[in-house]
Amino acid sequence: MTREHITTTINGDPVEFLCDAEQTLLDVLRDELRLTGSKEGCASGDCGACSVTLDGRLVCACLVLAAEVEGHEVTTIEGMAVGDQLHPLQQKFLDHAALQCGVCTPGFLVAAKALLDRNSNPTETEVRFWLAGNLCRCTGYDKIVRAVLDTAAEMRG
Amino acid sequence: MAAVEKIFNDTITDRETQDKTLKWVGTRAPRPDGVDKVTGRAKFGADTYLPNMLYGKVLRSPHAHARIRSIDMSRALALPGVKAGVTRDDFPDYPAGAVQPAGEMVINYRDMTRNIMAREKALYEGHAVAAVAAVNERVARQALSLIEVDYEVLPHVIDVEEAMKPGAPLVREDLITEGVEPAPEEPSNIAKRVEFGHGDLDLGFSKADVIIERSFKTQPVHQGYIEPHACLASFSEDGQAELWCSTQGHYVARGHCAKLLQMDVSKLRVTCSEIGGGFGGKTVVYLEPLALALSRKACQPVKMVMTRDEVFRASGPTSGASMDVRIGATKDGRITAGEAVLKFQAGAFGGSPVPAAAQCAFAPYDLDNVKTIGFDVLCNRPKVAAYRAPGAPLGEYAVESVVDELAKTLEIDPLEFRLKNAAKEGSDSSYGPKFGPIGCVETLETAQNHDHYLSTLKPGQGRGVASGYWFNIGGQTSATLNLCEDGSVALVVGTPDIGGSRASLTMMAAESLGVELDKVRPLIGDTSALGYNMLTGGSRVTFAGGIAVHGAAEDMIKQLRERAAATWDVPIDDVEWHGGQAVAVNGYKDQEDPMGLLDIAKDMAKSGGPIVGRCSTNAQGAGPSFGCHIVDVDVDKETGKVSVARYTVIQDAGKAVHPSYVEGQYQGGAVQGIGWALNEEYIYDENGKVENAGFLDYRVPVCSDVPMIDTVIVEVPNPTHPYGVRGVGETPLVPPLAAISNAVENALDIRFTELPMSPPRVLAAIESVG
Amino acid sequence: MARIVLTGNLRLYTEGVTELELESGSIRSLLRELRRRYPDIPEDIEDELAISIDGVLHQDDWFAKIEPDSEVHLLPRIAGG
Repeated sequence: MTREHITTTINGDPVEFLCDAEQTLLDVLRDELRLTGSKEGCASGDCGACSVTLDGRLVCACLVLAAEVEGHEVTTIEGMAVGDQLHPLQQKFLDHAALQCGVCTPGFLVAAKALLDRNSNPTETEVRFWLAGNLCRCTGYDKIVRAVLDTAAEMRG
Repeated sequence: MAAVEKIFNDTITDRETQDKTLKWVGTRAPRPDGVDKVTGRAKFGADTYLPNMLYGKVLRSPHAHARIRSIDMSRALALPGVKAGVTRDDFPDYPAGAVQPAGEMVINYRDMTRNIMAREKALYEGHAVAAVAAVNERVARQALSLIEVDYEVLPHVIDVEEAMKPGAPLVREDLITEGVEPAPEEPSNIAKRVEFGHGDLDLGFSKADVIIERSFKTQPVHQGYIEPHACLASFSEDGQAELWCSTQGHYVARGHCAKLLQMDVSKLRVTCSEIGGGFGGKTVVYLEPLALALSRKACQPVKMVMTRDEVFRASGPTSGASMDVRIGATKDGRITAGEAVLKFQAGAFGGSPVPAAAQCAFAPYDLDNVKTIGFDVLCNRPKVAAYRAPGAPLGEYAVESVVDELAKTLEIDPLEFRLKNAAKEGSDSSYGPKFGPIGCVETLETAQNHDHYLSTLKPGQGRGVASGYWFNIGGQTSATLNLCEDGSVALVVGTPDIGGSRASLTMMAAESLGVELDKVRPLIGDTSALGYNMLTGGSRVTFAGGIAVHGAAEDMIKQLRERAAATWDVPIDDVEWHGGQAVAVNGYKDQEDPMGLLDIAKDMAKSGGPIVGRCSTNAQGAGPSFGCHIVDVDVDKETGKVSVARYTVIQDAGKAVHPSYVEGQYQGGAVQGIGWALNEEYIYDENGKVENAGFLDYRVPVCSDVPMIDTVIVEVPNPTHPYGVRGVGETPLVPPLAAISNAVENALDIRFTELPMSPPRVLAAIESVG
Repeated sequence: MARIVLTGNLRLYTEGVTELELESGSIRSLLRELRRRYPDIPEDIEDELAISIDGVLHQDDWFAKIEPDSEVHLLPRIAGG
């Protein structure tokens, strides 16, 4: 099978990779590029554990074909901290104990950042509906929602 | 008796009432693995890769019940890129009596070897029939399509009551019910009957002014961890192997795999990855022995990861149940007798959690006359795996529903009614032993005085309460503290960290040593690093691990005192350990400057070599944990949708080592319970195949389905633990089913006796009432 | 004498006896004595048991002490999630 040559930008860096036509962005991120922060929980877009942004839009990497990212910009959890500075969301997730097992956490952080990039002052209801595409089985969501609301408040200053 | 302490989850910092003698235990310290988990760095089961690695895939039965006449792997194995294949012929059979304790429960290897790979028959849709390893996933999937299996499809049975009927299709043709005297002559699907209780039921019911009897039915549910099962096995030509896997117990996984691979336990080294949820479902092995067997044949590493579809069809679930409950009480609200008959789906092999359900069902009550009977029933589903307080949520759902109805009938406040009958220290538990210090009354009293319970409902809303109980366990646990040359300390434990246990264990280690928290760095060791560790389950890790790290700290302190005494040339009895320092006392007081960890560590080589604090123990005396939940619901009468408007969890933690993660257990359990009560269920078609094996159709609660979950941590210390800890992880899933059902009854005046209370069921009930 | 209570299905091996009195000692000596009196009790029964001594739960704990006034319950082994 001929593999496709893709040129893209991931977390601000130019990246080239080869992929099969059937491979998803999630497959390539994990199996080819070893960016394993994006998790596969369902491979059907239901759990949000593979949330990334594509040109700033929140998507499930399991529902994007790898070949589709040619010429586009992808951001993953690995691009969220800058140097040794955690993003305020990452810090607030730690402060609020908004994770237990942590497997859904990268997806929640990417999704929450996409929300705060659009809406710096979301209500609890807006946070809950925005994050409704991300499943967490450990926390009951309480501390996640509090962490996002607290981050928004702090980032507004 | 200890004071009841309240901590509300929206006050992050202040714990003014906390024991001032404790520096770390009881604080909300940073968790040691936190940064790795918010940056994507943490490695979970599927995140490990090795050079020359193959991908393994499993062929699964498309039939709920079928005899396997033959399996032909030849075309699959001939496909270029396929390196190995395994079937039933690659695993040993074990006789029916091959029972040995392994991990949490007694494991029957006759059954386990059949559960990981079908032998005579495929016993459920999704049952593994063969597996292959190939150079990539695409080739492996292609190979599966080339395996030829000749099935003789057999009649199947799913529902527990159908499975108990004479003439039902037999999952196992030679199964004679255990626990019945005389033993039945005919085989059936009933693997076991159990009975618990004390007193005289007839006498008890004769004293009752009101007797209520109801039958309940629940659908099977799945643990629903977000991370699918995953592992990576690497066998070398010399017969030694390494295994990386997502598991609740890597020592337990090692034991199972060594048995199934017929190898020495010491030749298999297992490393637990970070684990993406388990809730009991990752206490057994599925892929691990297959990956090892494939790797042994191919002499290359083999990685295997379940799809979500496979997780639903072939792993976990817990039982669906049919339950009959009868309770009598006097007019003044004293329960005179309680009786329950519980019938649980075991899946394809015996071993449902019905014994625990029967023991826990009436545990919140101090009863003179009580009897519970349980039936463990085979059906064509995967063998059920543990799910958080296994069995207890179901039995207590049925009992707590009837208790609520009794309170209503007698016009007694439901919390008051529970308090009148509550189990307390010295009560004979419904399953036998007398209770020691327990927090059942304290949780009920806290609920009575909680703002939630005192608040007024909005029009149309309903409120429900329910109690819950779980035993908790201890078990084998090891820990070491290695003093580093700079005075920092490496803590090695052997229990996978599923929800923050590295934080709580490190806090207890620092507390016991009297050192700064950031000087202790935890690590989960692999199976070669430490003595045996039972798995992470039974709410045991903070309890038993706490005993082990405290023991290791005491062992280290003894050595530190010895070194200081030798260095100072004073008797050991004149050296004490205070505030993280060796201090000369008695006749030597003030003669020597105290020596801290750094002082002793830097000259450790000269004073006798490495200092390692060790503790290996089999922790006993786990303290049971009671909880009481309060819930308000809205019911949309047009659609039948039940929404949770407000939810409060009150539970005894003994001592909350890290209150945030205790609250997290409470909140997570409550929301799993909301899912179980309102939406989650396996749906089977007429052929016994699962129709909703994905998160779109098997709907776990999402963020917009639930409100904030308020928590109150009650602390009645467990006297057997150095810090008073009780397990907290499982009890939170026990009360929600009944609490929500009671709230729906309160809103609609309709008593639901079936779960889930999904919109179609609720709407049908509303319409039938008119 | 310690009071020993057999719960669950143990009565099937003890001719229906669910309560008996035994000398004090340890869990190990209790198990040996039970098997001596009731040879029908399977040899590996202890692997399926939890034993409560005065309300404190023990699993796999041979040398836990049973006092003369102890109340001991033999229960099915407890597993967890």
